[in-house]
Amino acid sequence: MTVIRQEATSGSTGDWHLERKRAWSNWMTGMMFLLPSLILFGVFLFYPMVRTVYLSLFLTDSQGVPVVFVGWENFVNLFQSTSFQLSAKATALFVLYTVPAGIVLATALAILANQKLRGIGLFRTMFSATMGMSVAASSVIWMFLFNPSIGLFNRILAALNIPGVQWLLDPQYALLSVSVATIWMNTGFAFLILLGGLQNIDQSLYESARIAGVSESYKLRKITLPMLSPTLFFVTTVSLINAFQTFGQIDLLTRGGPMESTNVIVYSIYKDAFINYNVGSASAQAVLLFVAVLIVTVLQFKIGERKVHYQ
Amino acid sequence: MRKVELKGLTKSYDGKQDVLKAIDVTIEPGEFFVLVGPSGCGKSTMLRMIAGLESITAGELALDGKRANALSPSDRDLSMVFQNYALYPHLTVEQNITFGLHVKKISKKEQKARCEEVCAMLGLTDYMKRKPKELSGGQRQRVALARAVVTQAPLCLMDEPLSNLDAKLRAKMRSEIRQLQRKLGITMIYVTHDQTEAMTMADRMMILSGGDVQQIGRPLDVYNNPANTFVASFIGSPPMNLIEAEISDSVLVADGHWMTPITADMKAKLQTDKVTLGVRPEHISLAKDSEPGFLVQVANVEVLGTETLVTFDFGEDTQWIAKWNGQSDIQPGAQIRIAVDDHHLALYSTETGERIYCQASEQAAEKKVSS
Repeated sequence: MTVIRQEATSGSTGDWHLERKRAWSNWMTGMMFLLPSLILFGVFLFYPMVRTVYLSLFLTDSQGVPVVFVGWENFVNLFQSTSFQLSAKATALFVLYTVPAGIVLATALAILANQKLRGIGLFRTMFSATMGMSVAASSVIWMFLFNPSIGLFNRILAALNIPGVQWLLDPQYALLSVSVATIWMNTGFAFLILLGGLQNIDQSLYESARIAGVSESYKLRKITLPMLSPTLFFVTTVSLINAFQTFGQIDLLTRGGPMESTNVIVYSIYKDAFINYNVGSASAQAVLLFVAVLIVTVLQFKIGERKVHYQ
Repeated sequence: MRKVELKGLTKSYDGKQDVLKAIDVTIEPGEFFVLVGPSGCGKSTMLRMIAGLESITAGELALDGKRANALSPSDRDLSMVFQNYALYPHLTVEQNITFGLHVKKISKKEQKARCEEVCAMLGLTDYMKRKPKELSGGQRQRVALARAVVTQAPLCLMDEPLSNLDAKLRAKMRSEIRQLQRKLGITMIYVTHDQTEAMTMADRMMILSGGDVQQIGRPLDVYNNPANTFVASFIGSPPMNLIEAEISDSVLVADGHWMTPITADMKAKLQTDKVTLGVRPEHISLAKDSEPGFLVQVANVEVLGTETLVTFDFGEDTQWIAKWNGQSDIQPGAQIRIAVDDHHLALYSTETGERIYCQASEQAAEKKVSS
């Protein structure tokens, strides 16, 4: 190494040119590899993002063409509107209902399915099956389950002599109902990733614990959860972002109703942009959602990562 | 200290093929017992059966004379060191060492005292607050040892504990582990695939191959008196040279024309006229002018400083290795005359590989009779 460096510094200007040329060609090669994703990200991500920020500062006509520059007015209006405040509250509640419950459920299922038992493959397939189902198909299933007259839930209630509930039509229950359906839909993904994380844990750690003779709950607390923490961290981050962006099941199950109780921000953006043709306001909401997701994710990295044990 | 008895211990995973076939051995209290064999021979399985991590298919395992087949690992009162050390990456050295001690109803104060004691013993005192990833390979190895020592279990099992270390450190840890075992006076069962570790550390060793016991004995007995061609070629570095030979009258003929006389006593034991001849590398020397010798071509020379390894062609597709003291200046390609010390010949059955005759064992037997 030192020999080469000496030659390079004490060599003639010819060497210097050669080195420049090599560095340039290295850079070009790197860019060639990056180009496909740069183009894709540019067209579908970076450009729309910049365009959204731009639009959020304008009043637009019904085609979405910016007409008047209004500065922060769209944002000011949003913060003053009760509808947006309700949206923000619904989104926060929705995230709160779905993410922790979903991860606890997926972790429990993953730990169960990580046992070495005959036929465990069947359960692993079942638990991860929701990952392979489209949101539309899942929503239809849940629509039937929630149906006030023929749905399973109300039949169970009827069998127990409890009056039926308007699951998706009662503002008290609608968000909860959509959350339950969402937890079910997202469990498959979280389960699969967590099961992978569990199977990556070195078996000899458990064998060592068996020789020490510690209890199962001690193993869970002192080995499984700490060793799973990087995976849990990843799943939590992805689930959080996912929950903020939920749209499909809300559109299919409640359309933001009843009384805007399930009108999460993404759905509100959709309504403003494509039903009310108020693209400026929709863009402003999108920017706020982006900022909210960013803050939550950064906070999570700052606080959560301290408790994560990377190997 | 703890006595471990295996009686017909058998392991099968699929119910058809036995990976361990009826192992019988008694490991004495305080003994350093080494299980050695090539990978896949069943040595780790055997250790894990003793630990209780694998079930026993057939046979009996007794600890201090009591049947232990169904005891859970924690009830067997033993400690184990794993090949990859099995350290908890999220816990500090101290927490790793005291992990699980609360189960044995040891107070926090006592745990700390014990931990400090073993850390001092193993030179880990400065590292107690560190995480495993902040330690070098040798230090991690020591933490794994400390974790075994701190339990004060009378039996310690080690599964290839040195195989992740570099050669220099391995030699150092070899001696440290042996000294530690002597100091604590515990029974040790040690698994390795490295014959050097087995030779240098063991009080007694068991050579396993394909789930079968090949030989059990003290290292020097095994070295001087290998039970079969497998042991002969596995123990010793470089291994024993082997070649098929024919017997005609009172000479042994190998490779068509190389001959060595055999004694009447030797001949009496031979039932066949075809045997496998074994010679340790150190029993081959350059022939003196007066001695009968055999001309061979040198294929390679390795000078190690204190000794020289000379590889030469012997027969059509066989190469033998000779080991001489000192630094030899023989060049590859040279023709040399070699002589074989005919007091150290070993003869094995060509079909079964079993030992028929070994001069070293005959001499040992004679010594015993005369004394």
